[in-house]
Amino acid sequence: MHDQTVAQLARGLREKRFSSVELTQHLLDRIQQLDANYNSFISVTGEQALSDARRADSQLGNGEGGPLTGIPIAHKDIFCTEGVRTSCGSRMLDNFVPPYNATVVSQLAAAGTVSLGKTNMDEFAMGSSNENSYYGAAKNPWNTSLVPGGSSGGSAAAVAAGLVPAATGTDTGGSIRQPAAFCGITGLKPTYGRVSRLGIVAYASSLDQAGPMARTAEDCALLLNAMAGHDAGDSTSTVREVPDYSADLERPLEGLRIGLPKEYFGDGLDAATGQCIQAALRELESLGASLVEVALPNSALTIPTYYIIAPAEASTNLSRYDGVRYGHRCADPVDLHDLYTRTREEGFGDEVKRRILVGTYALSAGYYDAYYKKAQQARRLIRDDFLACFEDVDIIAGPTTPGPAFGIGEKSNDPVAMYLEDVYTLAVNLAGLPGMSLPAGFVNDRPVGLQLIGRHFDEARLLNVGHRFQQATDWHTRKPEIAGGAA
Amino acid sequence: MQYETVIGLEVHLQLATRSKIFSGSPTAFGAEPNTQASAVDLAMPGMLPVLNEQAVRFAVMFGLGIGAEIGRRSVFDRKNYFYPDLPKGYQISQFADPIVGRGTFEIQLEDGSTREIGITRAHLEEDAGKSLHEDFHGQSGIDLNRAGTPLLEIVTEPDLRSAEEAVAYLKALHSLVTYLEISDGNMAEGSMRCDINISLRPKGSETLGTRAEIKNVNSFRFVEKAIQHEIERQSDILEDGGKVVQETRLYDADRNETRPMRSKEVANDYRYFPEPDLLPVVLDEAFIEDLRATLPELPREKRERFVSQYGLGEYDAGVLAASRALANYFEAVASDAGDAKIAANWVQVELLGRLNRDEKDIEDCPVPAAHLAQLIQRILDDSISGKIAKQVFESMWNGEGDADTIIAAKGLKQVSDSGELEAMVDGVIADNPGQVEQYRAADEGKRKKLVGFFVGQVMKVSRGQANPQMVNKLLAEKLG
Amino acid sequence: MSDTPSSTPTVDREEIEKIAELARIRIAADQAGEVAERITRILGMVDTLQAADTDGVEPMANPLDATQALRPDEITEENRREAFQAIAPAVENGLYLVPKVID
Repeated sequence: MHDQTVAQLARGLREKRFSSVELTQHLLDRIQQLDANYNSFISVTGEQALSDARRADSQLGNGEGGPLTGIPIAHKDIFCTEGVRTSCGSRMLDNFVPPYNATVVSQLAAAGTVSLGKTNMDEFAMGSSNENSYYGAAKNPWNTSLVPGGSSGGSAAAVAAGLVPAATGTDTGGSIRQPAAFCGITGLKPTYGRVSRLGIVAYASSLDQAGPMARTAEDCALLLNAMAGHDAGDSTSTVREVPDYSADLERPLEGLRIGLPKEYFGDGLDAATGQCIQAALRELESLGASLVEVALPNSALTIPTYYIIAPAEASTNLSRYDGVRYGHRCADPVDLHDLYTRTREEGFGDEVKRRILVGTYALSAGYYDAYYKKAQQARRLIRDDFLACFEDVDIIAGPTTPGPAFGIGEKSNDPVAMYLEDVYTLAVNLAGLPGMSLPAGFVNDRPVGLQLIGRHFDEARLLNVGHRFQQATDWHTRKPEIAGGAA
Repeated sequence: MQYETVIGLEVHLQLATRSKIFSGSPTAFGAEPNTQASAVDLAMPGMLPVLNEQAVRFAVMFGLGIGAEIGRRSVFDRKNYFYPDLPKGYQISQFADPIVGRGTFEIQLEDGSTREIGITRAHLEEDAGKSLHEDFHGQSGIDLNRAGTPLLEIVTEPDLRSAEEAVAYLKALHSLVTYLEISDGNMAEGSMRCDINISLRPKGSETLGTRAEIKNVNSFRFVEKAIQHEIERQSDILEDGGKVVQETRLYDADRNETRPMRSKEVANDYRYFPEPDLLPVVLDEAFIEDLRATLPELPREKRERFVSQYGLGEYDAGVLAASRALANYFEAVASDAGDAKIAANWVQVELLGRLNRDEKDIEDCPVPAAHLAQLIQRILDDSISGKIAKQVFESMWNGEGDADTIIAAKGLKQVSDSGELEAMVDGVIADNPGQVEQYRAADEGKRKKLVGFFVGQVMKVSRGQANPQMVNKLLAEKLG
Repeated sequence: MSDTPSSTPTVDREEIEKIAELARIRIAADQAGEVAERITRILGMVDTLQAADTDGVEPMANPLDATQALRPDEITEENRREAFQAIAPAVENGLYLVPKVID
C-alpha cells in the first residue's frame, strides 16, 4: 500500500480493497519502525489519524466523500494545526499548540484527508538542507548521509520513504521544489496568491506559498484542487476561480513551446545533472513539445535580491516571538529587555538569527534605499524577464538544483555556499510564478529534479506536462532501498 | 528676550468602526481585559491582516472634510519596534504614501477671528494595547483589547503659536470629526489623543528652535496646561543661556509638569518598509465621489450660514455650530419660536449654562427643543416676562412639563388686565403715602429712580406676574 | 561569489551589536566576532546588487501588482481568551504578565 500513489490509493479505498483505517495504521506502523532513520516527522498524531480514518471509512461506506477521502497525508510543521503542536522546527515554538487551523489544513481536512502528523523542516523555513531544525536534521531516504533538501525536507523524505503518499510543503525560495528534487518526488509551488497563507507561520510574506508534494503530478493536481482558492482572511490571496487541475492532465503536448533559459544551463550546473536534464528535455520533445532557447538577462540579480527581501521581511515577521503571549520565554527575566533578548537568543537557531540580523541591517536607517528598495526594483526586472519569455513560450524548463543532494554537514558551515543551492528556484518566488520539480533521473544514485515554470496561474499546464512526462518515464516510480527493509 | 512659541500637533483619532482595522474583533470600550483580542490582534503565528473598508471610508471623509488631497494609491508600512503592548513587534501604519495628503483647517479664536492651520497629512494605523502598571508582583499586565483599533493620525504643520490656538484647533477638529461621525470624540476614553511638538524661537526669527515632543495628552485642558508648562520650561532654559534637548516627554497631570520619557531614550530606528501582508489601497473616482455626496454640512459652512441666515455674530454662530447636535437643537428652537436671535441667546446662555452646570451634553438635555421654543413664544406674546421665563425654564429642566403646562400649573401668566392692574397700582399708592409725597416733590431726574419702588411693590403684590410695561404706564398716569 | 569583495562594507562587532539590539537578540560576547564575519560575507554577496541598473524602475511589492481588497466592517470574532491564554507563559486576571514596563 505504501508504494501507491494517492490516485491508486483512492481507487483502492473506493473499491474496498482496504479501508482508510487499515491504510492509516499501516503507515503509522511504518513511521514507528522506520522514521528513526529519516527523522522526517516532528510529531505523529496516530490517535487523531485513526479517528479521522474511521470517519472517512464511514463516509466511503455510504458512498460519500471525494477523491481525497481517507487518504493519509502529513503537514509540514509550519502549518498551524488546532490542538497539535506546531513548532516550525524551532525551539521558540516547541511548546506552541495553536488554537486554530491554517486554511490549507482545514481545506484538506474538509476534503477527507487523514493527517498522520507534522513533518520536519528547517527552522522557520530558513534553509536548504533541513539541518537547521531544532529537532535534528531529516535524512534523505536514498542515502541517509545526504540531506533531503529544505526547508520542506521532512515532507519530501516522508513521501520518498513511503511513510505517507503525499504531504504539504511551503516554498519561499525553492523549499518545495529543491527537496522534491533531492528526494526524487514531485512538488509544486503554486502562483503567489493561489493558496491561502492564513495560518502558515510566516517566513517572507511576499514570497511564501504552500503547495503539494507527492509522487506524481497527478497526485499534486488532486491535492492542489483541495488547497487552492480564495481566502478572505489573506489579503494577498487571489479571487481568481480555481480550475479543476485534474481535468487537463491528459492534454497532448503537441505544439507546446518550452523555453530553456541559457542562464540555467551555465557554469554552475553539475555536468551529470545537466545530462539528466537534457535527456528529460529530449523526452518532452519526443512527446511533441518544441524547445526554444530563451534569456533571463537579470538572472544574476536573483540571489542578492532574494537574500535581501527574504531576510528583511523575516526580520520583522519574527519580531512577534517575544516570550509574552505564546512560545518560549526565558527563565526569570530581570527586566523587559532581558525578556526579549534572552528569549530570542535561546529560542532562535543560528541561521534564523543571521537572517534576522541581515534583514534588520538591510532595513535600518540609511540602508533602506540601497538594499530593500533596490531589491524590490530588481525584483520587477526579474519578473519582467519571465513575462517577456512567456510572450514566446508556454513554459520554461531547466534543472531544479545545480546538482543532486549533498552530504549532511557538507555546507552547513558556509551560509553563502548554501544560498547558492537555490540559484534556479529563487527567481520563481520573486516573480510569483508557479514552479514544479519532477524526478528526471539519477546521478550517483541521487535523484535529479527537472524544474518546470509556468505563467501566473497556469498550474494546470505544468501538471499536464508533468503528467505526460511521467506517463512516458518511470523516474517517479523508483523507490529507495529502505533501511531495515521493513514492511 | 521675547520668544515665539511654535507648535505642531499629531492627533491620534480613534475611528468609530464596529470592528478593528485589520480583524473582526469588536472595538467597544471597557471590556474585560483581552476578551476583544483575536488571534490576529494577538499576533499569533500565521495570522494576517485584512483591511476594514469603513476605516478607509472614514479616513477619506476626513480628507474631503478638510479639502485635502486623497491618496489614490496609499500604502501600508510596518513600523518596527519592540514594546509589550505591540504584539507583532511592528505597528501597521502608513509612511511614504498616506491616505490623506495636504489640506488646511480653519480655527476660530475667542475674539471671533479665524486662522488657517496647515494639515501635513493624515494616515491610517492600528492602535496599540495597554500596559497596566498596577502591581502584579512587580510585573506589568498587558491588555490587548485596544490593539488594532483603527486610528487616523492627523499631523499639522508647525502653524500654531499658543496654547489657546492649540486648544482652538483641537476643539475645531473634535467638532469636524463628530460632525462627520467618524469618531465618537470621547476624550476621556482616549478617542482623541494628542502628541505636542513644541519649540521656542526669538521673535522675528524664521528658523525653528529645538523641539520637545510631549506624548499622549488626552484632554483639552491638559493640552493647554502641558503647553503652558513647556513654554515656561523651555524659556527658562533659554533665558539661562542653555539649550533645549530634543526629546520625548510625558505630561504628568497630577504634578502639572512634563518629564523626559525613560523608555524612548534609545534613538529609534523604525525600519519602515511596505507591509507585505497588505497590498496598495487604490481608490477610484466613484468611491471618493460617493463619499463626498454623503458629507453633511460641516461646522464652518454651518457657522457661515448661521451668520448670513440668522444674522448672528461670528462668535455666537461658532459656538452654536460647534456640535452638530447643538446646531440642530438651536435650529429647531429658532424655527419653532420664530425668532432666531432670541433662540440663539437662550440656547447659548441659559441652556449651555445649565448643561455645563450639570456636566451634561446636549444629547442628554432634558428640555426638548420644542419646549424651549414654546417658552420663547410666551415671552414674545407677553404671556410671561423674561424673569419668569427663567423660572419656567428651571421647572422644564426638572421635568415638570412643557412651558404652557408649567405656566398654567403655577399661575405664572403675566397679568395684563388693565382693571386688575389698576386696582393693584391704586392699592400700592394708597399704602405708601410718604413715598408718593416724595415722588411728587422730586424733579424729573429723581422721579425716574423713585418710580422703581412703586413698580417693585406692584410686582410683589402680583407675585412677579404684572405686565411691567403696563404697570409703568399706569403709575406714570396715577402719580401725575 | 562567496568571497567578500574588498569594496563591500564590512560589518564590525560594534555595528553587529547595534543591529542585534534593534532586533532584540542577545549575542554572546565570544560569538560576536564570528557572527560579524558571517554577516559581512552575506552582505558582501548581496552587495553585488548595487551594480544593477534600476533607475526609474518601480519597486515591486507584489508579483501580480494586485491591490488591496476591503473587508466589511463586521464583528466576526468572539471572545476566545481562555483558549489563547492557555498557551501563554504568564497570565493573571486575564492580563499577560511582563517585567515592569517603564514609560
